[in-house]
Amino acid sequence: MSMAHIRVKPDPQRYSFDGFGSAQYPNLMLLGAGDLDNWTLKTYRDKWEGYQALGRALKMEPSAVTAEVKVSDLRGRGGAGFRTGLKWTFMPKDTPERKLTRYVVCNGDEGEPGTFKDRAILEYNPHQLIEGMIIAAWAMQCRMGFIYLRGEFGWLVDKLDAALQQARDAGFLGKDILGTGWDFDLLTYRGAGAYICGEETALLNSLEGRRGEPRVKPPFPAQVGAFGQPTTVNNVETLAAVPAILRMGGAQYARIGTPGNTGTRIYSLSGHIKRPGLYELPLGLPLDFIMNDLAGGSSTGRKIKAVIPGGSSAPLFDAKDFDCPMDFDTVKARGSMAGSGGIIVMDDATCMVRTTLRLTHFYAHESCGQCTPCREGCNWMEMILNRIEHGEGRPGDLALLESLPPRINMRTLCPLGDAACGPVESAITKFRAEFEHHISHKACLACAGA
Amino acid sequence: MNHPLTPETSDVPLAPGLRLPLSQQSRLSPEAVAEINAIADKYPDRLAGTLPALYIAQREFGFLSLAAMKEVAAALGVPEGHVYGVATFYTMFRKRPVGRFHLQVCTNLCCALNGAAELMKKVAEKTGAIPGGGATGDGMWSLEPVECLASCGSAPCLQVNEAVYDEFVDEAKLEAILDACRRGDYSPWGK
Repeated sequence: MSMAHIRVKPDPQRYSFDGFGSAQYPNLMLLGAGDLDNWTLKTYRDKWEGYQALGRALKMEPSAVTAEVKVSDLRGRGGAGFRTGLKWTFMPKDTPERKLTRYVVCNGDEGEPGTFKDRAILEYNPHQLIEGMIIAAWAMQCRMGFIYLRGEFGWLVDKLDAALQQARDAGFLGKDILGTGWDFDLLTYRGAGAYICGEETALLNSLEGRRGEPRVKPPFPAQVGAFGQPTTVNNVETLAAVPAILRMGGAQYARIGTPGNTGTRIYSLSGHIKRPGLYELPLGLPLDFIMNDLAGGSSTGRKIKAVIPGGSSAPLFDAKDFDCPMDFDTVKARGSMAGSGGIIVMDDATCMVRTTLRLTHFYAHESCGQCTPCREGCNWMEMILNRIEHGEGRPGDLALLESLPPRINMRTLCPLGDAACGPVESAITKFRAEFEHHISHKACLACAGA
Repeated sequence: MNHPLTPETSDVPLAPGLRLPLSQQSRLSPEAVAEINAIADKYPDRLAGTLPALYIAQREFGFLSLAAMKEVAAALGVPEGHVYGVATFYTMFRKRPVGRFHLQVCTNLCCALNGAAELMKKVAEKTGAIPGGGATGDGMWSLEPVECLASCGSAPCLQVNEAVYDEFVDEAKLEAILDACRRGDYSPWGK
């Protein structure tokens, strides 16, 4: 792409790039974030011990690398929180009769509203992702990998291609890497604007040059993935954590965070928050501590009413859950999900009907159209919410709206339908009065109080 | 679902904003075909070249007309129906011409909480473009609401063509961005 791309760094007083980088809250992935010149191979090697973890990994047996990741107990940062080491062991091994082609794929289709962490890794520290992918490829003995980025990241594809070339020139990619006799190379692939391609099988279809429609599972990607071959798909942040694990050792990494929810993750804070941006923090810190103590609380001076804790697909939290420790298991136990780590803050003048309508519109727009419950259900939810929001709600509308999620949830090939239901169900449960007021008074309760 | 509009055939009258007449644009240039072939050969299956090839065709034609899709299918040696299916599935493949500067305002939740609707209104006022309504009469601007651009922390945000991706866009910043477009500091669509 030849277009001029002018990057202006947001004011660090107004926007957080990395969190704190202290002994208590170490930065393992957002190294040098905010510095537009940080992305080169030279800086990564000179300043951040770059590619030393790769050297260490290539001296180990592939299975020992996977074991190290297992010890670290790293969980996938894309949304599901699946254990990365375990996922890697699903890849079939070569047999004496059959040599397999295996692929490792990086999911950089960051499209979850409220999430913008992968973008920062790609922009400021792409070599850590590349190093992580090479280590993952060694552990699973792949010879080729793909980095799939969303279409809007066209300028990052160019930057990543330049970074890949630097790695190739330095001998970290290509033939006979660091004298091991093992060949591996990476290719970038640019999507074209479809949220659904963040789902791993839809991503694989898109990578093959098809429409991004999720596949029927099984077979899972570890059996039949990209181009019909065994494939592992990991999120950008997950792969960027791998060099950090190899640098400090899995056991040391597992000491960060809480047992079962180890390491750091990058929270994306947005909405009505004083200092939005990225915060790399150990897992398990309470939500209100992150929001109020670290990010300065509400930006409008009003009380915070609701928070989406893990990207727009996560059910809403109201004030009684603000003390929730942010780890995968506790957030799930409280009825939401830690998801992609996108924390969206809303103050008490925010209309929950309009919020729900906006999110539902997104899912209705992004449904790929394959499964009827999602394709039709999301549109129905949007239509009903549209009526309620615009003062045309009918007396039975709330019951009708509530009848839809059970007919969508778990009835589709991929979790997009479930994701669309989360905000609707949680908003009605927690802010029912607002919906009723909209229908009975043809007016907004939250706006009236503001 | 991205309900597709029927793409324009190559013989309908020109819409404003299209820089080259379609009569001159029914074929991909030999350089573009070579570029498509080089990309397609990098992947284990040539079909994987579909998305990159559509981007190349979009750059050449300004948007993906039926003629452009047919050319892509021919260059890759894949069925025309496949290319049509892919081109109409993804929102970043334009099936209609856009202005020299295609302005995309994120209207998703995080931007909406921080004034995306206001920004949308201001962009429409300042440029005369109608959201989702194609290029302005002089072919300079087009405006479209889009879903999340992954810049939620610095909302509201605005994307200009494919590259300029601006954050914390208030009125002064918007004016500066539009001025940069008028001055030609940013490359026009497809260039």
